Amino acid sequence: MKSVIFGTTTLAVAAGLGIYVWQAQNATAHPCGDTAVAGGAIGGPFELISETGETVTDADVITKPTLIYFGYTFCPDVCPLDTMRNAQAAYMLEDQGLDIGTVFISVDPPRDTVEVVRDFTDNFHEDMIGLTGTPEQVKAASQAYKTYYRAQEGDPEFYLVDHSTQTYLVFPETGFATFFRRDNSPEQVAETTACFIDQLA
Amino acid sequence: MTKLAALAFLTAIGTAASADMQIADIRAFETAPTAMAGGGFMQITNTGTTDDRLVAVEADFPRVELHSHDFDSEGIARMIHLEDGIAVPAGETVTLEPGGLHVMFMGLRGSPLVAGETVDATLIFEEAGPVPVTFDIVKRDMQHGHGHSEGHNH
Repeated sequence: MKSVIFGTTTLAVAAGLGIYVWQAQNATAHPCGDTAVAGGAIGGPFELISETGETVTDADVITKPTLIYFGYTFCPDVCPLDTMRNAQAAYMLEDQGLDIGTVFISVDPPRDTVEVVRDFTDNFHEDMIGLTGTPEQVKAASQAYKTYYRAQEGDPEFYLVDHSTQTYLVFPETGFATFFRRDNSPEQVAETTACFIDQLA
Repeated sequence: MTKLAALAFLTAIGTAASADMQIADIRAFETAPTAMAGGGFMQITNTGTTDDRLVAVEADFPRVELHSHDFDSEGIARMIHLEDGIAVPAGETVTLEPGGLHVMFMGLRGSPLVAGETVDATLIFEEAGPVPVTFDIVKRDMQHGHGHSEGHNH
């Protein structure tokens, strides 16, 4: 009996150690929280039209740690909520002395003109950049970030667009860092972003 | 404005009632100047004994629809036009709130929703009939889905 108990204890210790080692490895891989996924595959070059009407590339837009969201302005609920959340996270980080960018990329170029995306983004954060483009430019940017969008059938003025709701955190040098789901709070976004800034600084 | 004043006099702004329907927290968010759509929200309580259904909302916009959202496991949002309206069973409260059910005012066409102003509308119920309501247009940083209200005056 004694040896059985001993064996079990050893097993438990070993299992515990295994979990500890696994957690330690995991922590090394994702030190900033469980929203992190393996990098490299998401993001990359894009060419879009800025809210001042100029053609811009990812290098022009991502000049600091940046939160990127793909949405459309004819969307009275989800897109404003998510965009608002990102703006709040930016304000929270600003209060901590951390400067990040926020970007809204339209997936509805027929309706989201330069003026419309500019007004939409200014409503949430004075420094938020609104981007639109030709249908081809928007499609290429969306594909780079592996986002989905599809315009529903309907009236040309009133149609709805199905779309992904993740927000991406990207850095100028290293690119994609992590993504946020729409149920992440402004605090969670700010905290995780600050962690990545700390890591990559 | 006379009409608004009269409404304000008759019912406290933000609430409305018919025999069986109590409507509270009636609000819409301000929009950007060039926005083409805005969302309206409220809480509907059916105090009667008959199941009812909100079948339409009438307001002075090219189109007004009732919508809900569906989110799949990939995080893709699909907005759904509720052509059959929203069921309001007897004795129950249905909440139209950010991220869920909402009224969509479509085709603003240069007439954005401005905080401090109001939108007059009529809720059409299958049983209770028309119920006039007034949506208070509020700023987004006062009320949003995550429960924080620290304002930033940048």
